[in-house]
Amino acid sequence: MNLFTLLRLALRVISRNKARAMLTVLGIVIGVAAVIAMVALGAGAQQNIAKQIASLGSNLIIIIPGTTNIAGVRGGGGSSTTVDVDDIDALRREVKSITHLAPANRQQVQIVAGDANWGTTVQGTTPAFYVVRDWRTDVGTEHSELDEAAHNKVCVLGKTVAAQLFGTDDPIDQWVRIKKVPFRVIGVLSSKGQSPMGQDQDDTVVIPFSVFRQRLAGTQRDQIQVAYAAALDADSSQAAVDEMTAVLRQRHHLRESADDDFSIRNLADMAAASREVADSMTLLLGSIAGVSLLVGGIGIMNTMLVSVTERTREIGIRLAVGAKSRDILVQFLVEAVVLSAFGGAIGVLVGWLVARLLNDATGWVTIFDPTVAALAFLVSGAVGVFFGFWPARRAAQLDPIDALRYE
Amino acid sequence: MSQVPVIDAENLQKVYGAGGTPVVALDHVTLQVHQGEFVAVVGASGSGKSTFMNLIGLLDRPTGGSLRLDGVDVAKLTPNQRATVRNRKVGFVFQGFNLLRRTSALENVELPLLYAGVSAHERAEAAKRALTQVGLGERMGHMPNELSGGQQQRVAIARALVNQPALLLADEPTGNLDSTTTREILKLFVDLNVNHGITVVMVTHENDVAAVSRRVVQFKDGRVVMDGPPPAEWTPAVPAPWHTAASAPTSEVA
Repeated sequence: MNLFTLLRLALRVISRNKARAMLTVLGIVIGVAAVIAMVALGAGAQQNIAKQIASLGSNLIIIIPGTTNIAGVRGGGGSSTTVDVDDIDALRREVKSITHLAPANRQQVQIVAGDANWGTTVQGTTPAFYVVRDWRTDVGTEHSELDEAAHNKVCVLGKTVAAQLFGTDDPIDQWVRIKKVPFRVIGVLSSKGQSPMGQDQDDTVVIPFSVFRQRLAGTQRDQIQVAYAAALDADSSQAAVDEMTAVLRQRHHLRESADDDFSIRNLADMAAASREVADSMTLLLGSIAGVSLLVGGIGIMNTMLVSVTERTREIGIRLAVGAKSRDILVQFLVEAVVLSAFGGAIGVLVGWLVARLLNDATGWVTIFDPTVAALAFLVSGAVGVFFGFWPARRAAQLDPIDALRYE
Repeated sequence: MSQVPVIDAENLQKVYGAGGTPVVALDHVTLQVHQGEFVAVVGASGSGKSTFMNLIGLLDRPTGGSLRLDGVDVAKLTPNQRATVRNRKVGFVFQGFNLLRRTSALENVELPLLYAGVSAHERAEAAKRALTQVGLGERMGHMPNELSGGQQQRVAIARALVNQPALLLADEPTGNLDSTTTREILKLFVDLNVNHGITVVMVTHENDVAAVSRRVVQFKDGRVVMDGPPPAEWTPAVPAPWHTAASAPTSEVA
């Protein structure tokens, strides 16, 4: 018997009892749909993480002053003042595997423009910031080294701040006041959206680092809260971290055994960590879906066993006219596979629908992966082979005369 | 008469329930059937006649003795080889028809060809020929439950013939049929035997059915107790060419 004949026969037998077929494949449908929806959800989460991390800037390295350790009382990260402007100058000079370095100090301020005011974070930083964070202006210009040198009181607004203060008006060349000091708006940053930690990155104002030191830093004018560096490329970011660590340790006169009094984080590592979390999440959800596939397979086995018993006489007739036991085996196996593949196909469809509905209803990003769909479909077929084999073998091992006599 | 018998059973034995109390269904039966014969196997219920048929139809295995079909020792065949013999050499007709339900007459007849590996087109052609031969050319698309008992048995006969076997085995083929239909089926058997040279072995418990044959083998308690022409007092249900030669039917075996 060729495959076409076998498929036609299987379809005919299955279509004789549609309700039973539907109930039988329900487990497979749920299993496959769950796998596809879960993987789509996981892929969406991964893409989100990747996007957010990319939004921080490519090849970004973050330098944060370390913990204080005063008589055994250790402060949190950034609580100390171990990194200063001289360190930054030294890093700029000595580390060859970074292209840009931008210190950034921040302060919570109330910013006023005419009648409007808004509480936001002001960041004092150098022009390298725009490059390192890959964050350019939409409107107007970024501040320049000239502005730094001349201590020009200019500012670049984040999207959120611009909207809060000026609404739909053009903010360029308008004046705002930060701590009673007037600043001229020279640009508006493009939108960055949420940070990986969920903060609105657009709720900020950037002013020249020199002006920040002079006007806002108060007594801590030499301290650095955070610095952003850009590695030459993704491959050299680890080397850059090592070089910077060495320079800072030397400058801070740290002994071999002493811990770093600063921390340097490579964004690639952070991305990898986040991906790992997302991966294990996907794996967990996927294995739950796999269990449902297993249960679905048992459902198919049960139905096939019932079918073999019901059709014992048919098997006897087929054997009597010359069917070999292999013919019977293949016939029932094909039936099981058609059933499970049918369930798999419906499952793919349902999974795709669920992924889309999740996207529409909750706003979670879901990515439907055709490869996963094809794989899930193939697995459902394999489930049919695996769980259909035993019933099919039982059918194939029947004795012709016993099968014919079966009532 | 060909030199090699179509059926050559020697000391054929079938014992059921080998574990507890064994029941001897067939007790050392030795019997030969030659090409072109028309044999009726008779006997009471439980005499072993159906067991004998199942053995020579390769539906069941003997527990002792030897059995040769067309000179081939079938006791030594593997299950797959037995399936091939069932498919090619033997056509089996059952009392209960044994047609596949919800499957058209044509597809039922095609079934042996399906397992013989014949192409779809040739299957349909051969099945149509066989159905026409048994007088059912008009009802090929009907399902078994849309056909009368006689028509169903014709479909079963067409199925038995479609692979052009040398041997047609029929186990009480008219047992479920009324007398008119019985006569039609018997006429068909006579025609197949006379005009197509098919060897027919038919089990029956009715004397007038058995009387149609040229040779009657009677079973009792698993043994052959009589083997010869039908007794003169039995009236054949339908006439056959050999009935007109009144003197000695057995001598005319061609």
